[in-house]
Amino acid sequence: MTGDGKWITTRQGESVDLAAIPCVEPNSFAERIIDGKSHGGRLAQLFGRRAPDGGVTLYAFLAYDSDGIVQVCSSRLAAPAPGRAPEYPSVSALWPAAQALEREIAEQLGVHPVGHPWLKPLRYHGTDNGAPAPWGQFNPAKTIPGDYPFYRVDGEEVHEVAVGPVHAGVIEPGHFRFQCHGEEVLHLEIVLGYQHRGVEALLLHRNATRSAMVAETIAGDTSIGHAFAYCAALEALAGARVSVHAHAIRGIALELERLANHIGDLGALCGDVAFLPGASYLGRLRGEFLNLTLEICGNRFGRNLLRPGGVLFDVDSELADRLHKRLKSLQAEVLQVLDMVFMQPSVLARFEGAGALSEAQAEEIGLVGPAARACGCMRDVRHDHPHGVYQFSHIPVAIETTGDVYARAVVRWLEVQRSLAFLLELLGNKPAGKPFAPLGAFKPNAMAFGMCETWRGEAMHVAFTDNTGALDFIKVKDPSIHNWFGLALALRGVPISDFPLCNKSFNLSYAGHDL
Amino acid sequence: MIEIITTRLKQGHRTTKFPLESPTLPGRYRGRPNVDPSKCADGCQQCVDACPTGAIRVANGLTLDLGKCLFCTACGEACPQGAITQTQDYRLAVSRRDDLLLKGGEFRLAGRMRDELYRILGRALRLREVSAGGCNACESDVNVLNTVGWDLSRFGIQIVASPRHADGLLITGPVTENMKFALEKTYEAVPAPKLVIAVGACAISGGPYIDQNETHNGAQSVVPVDLYVPGCPPHPLTILDGLLRLIGKIKTGERALTP
Repeated sequence: MTGDGKWITTRQGESVDLAAIPCVEPNSFAERIIDGKSHGGRLAQLFGRRAPDGGVTLYAFLAYDSDGIVQVCSSRLAAPAPGRAPEYPSVSALWPAAQALEREIAEQLGVHPVGHPWLKPLRYHGTDNGAPAPWGQFNPAKTIPGDYPFYRVDGEEVHEVAVGPVHAGVIEPGHFRFQCHGEEVLHLEIVLGYQHRGVEALLLHRNATRSAMVAETIAGDTSIGHAFAYCAALEALAGARVSVHAHAIRGIALELERLANHIGDLGALCGDVAFLPGASYLGRLRGEFLNLTLEICGNRFGRNLLRPGGVLFDVDSELADRLHKRLKSLQAEVLQVLDMVFMQPSVLARFEGAGALSEAQAEEIGLVGPAARACGCMRDVRHDHPHGVYQFSHIPVAIETTGDVYARAVVRWLEVQRSLAFLLELLGNKPAGKPFAPLGAFKPNAMAFGMCETWRGEAMHVAFTDNTGALDFIKVKDPSIHNWFGLALALRGVPISDFPLCNKSFNLSYAGHDL
Repeated sequence: MIEIITTRLKQGHRTTKFPLESPTLPGRYRGRPNVDPSKCADGCQQCVDACPTGAIRVANGLTLDLGKCLFCTACGEACPQGAITQTQDYRLAVSRRDDLLLKGGEFRLAGRMRDELYRILGRALRLREVSAGGCNACESDVNVLNTVGWDLSRFGIQIVASPRHADGLLITGPVTENMKFALEKTYEAVPAPKLVIAVGACAISGGPYIDQNETHNGAQSVVPVDLYVPGCPPHPLTILDGLLRLIGKIKTGERALTP
């Protein structure tokens, strides 16, 4: 970490006075971020926020995972003269981890990160004030995602494959453009934005139930994860004390969500290598974990469970016993099926070596979650920036080193085992307390963040209040925004027939990326 | 090899007996709300203010639009008269948009598809799924129907890869501006006669994204819809119940309606 007033140091659960955030000249903003990187910082967030005078404030969040802290600094871009875009020297030119985050800044606010290696739209919408983006004026009548010049490889034997937005499976829309030489993928370009729904503005909706439900649908398979981060940010702004009991219930729900998704992913990976016993059994077992969430809150995805201030459904000792019993028998079943899967030479032969990323690549592009841990990056919010129940009980971080489909599968396998053990322990000694207490007033002119290790990786919500203490801005980050670029990179030199397998091994969110 | 066989023996047969037997849902499951306008004498508006999606009207008699409902129960908790209560009824699918307006009295469940369609599609229905801004919850619970637990294909229903091979679309999501064109093209690619099924609050009305500039308030704004399956997301049982009603495997009124 860096000291001497260049950054302000904060952590999960704390709020920061906006006036206390150090502000650096736009020309030195990128330099300061790179300085933080050299001290071990990881780019957790980079975004812009419109100031009342028409200017833009940029914020950078560097996470120091081994110290459990986050450092924040900002930069002010003055309102530009008409016809001129505000600009600053790009971070991505020096650190590719910022590439999507800076495209978001350019698209939302019309700011030009000068020197960005490949500035292009991220989600296909106009800027907040209607000014042109650096690549030109948005035309709502004409622009659809994917209608722009793709990167192309030329040559007689090179061919192009276009897939999506409507896919063959029941999945969300996105467009994949491959440049291939025979079977080999030379380059993959991923175009998203089809799912853009305007999430960030709706999180400020006056109906609190609506904004919480929007948080739960940022990525529907990560309802608990996003609600966790959203609640943590708002609770930090209110200085609220959430009961240990409520925190425990949140932890139960978050690990059930992780189990359902990891088990579903492992089943789908079996399906992609035509190992149908694994696909069938794990596909069904995934549903058993969703049904446990249904048992807790009446919805398989955990809708309406987490709210700022606690949880809306209690887990009393009778329900805890019931969940414990069912988990115990599921544990035996799941682990037996997974042992069987990882014993199959036909499965391992397809997993091993497919779509590999190195640890250096993972660091450079800022991977998070199981995809990063599969490359050997020690990175898990539950361990590094613990919040709620994770402050009291620890889950060992699952690490692999080969960075391929195999490693991403094994990390999930390990996490399934550890989440099961964690849940059985948690359900065995559950503290009592009030599950919910309404939030008090928010601190005015303050900022706080909530981070959560969702099953895909680090989700982060940053919330700001105005001088009356009303929420006036929430910035959402789904882990997918870091990891989509990892998928593109992993496909280099891989046979195109391995794309479904590689894609599933990342299993990223389209809706979470597109917001 | 031996471990595959032993696992197979341990796993056994796991497909639900539905529709011959109804599975039991846990006590906290939130099914169709029950609306009793007679208890809403003064029209105090508290449910209207509590509802996140504007699904409730009290003028001219209490009405709850199940197509907008996210099953959050905020209305029932706000109502001092107990005019809106929660039932465990998972059967929610209807054939006409208006049938989703709950005003008390009978709730008309979906019927079989039109006779001329039934002759062609009734015994083998092929669907293409289009997610048009769906958050991946509805998509996941549609996918679940293909697992061994539900085994959708035993009813002659299958999700196919191409709209050219499909008899209809199953649409999820509020229809984002950025997916509208792709949805229209996919609908055109399905050979006539064709069906459209809207799954989830988003696809019926926009759901949590209702009246946003970036979205189009559901599938109906782009294509005609033949089956509406409410929920956020609907339970797989609700989706399957709707599909089976559409192909006449479950008939309307076959089982008594719960109040």
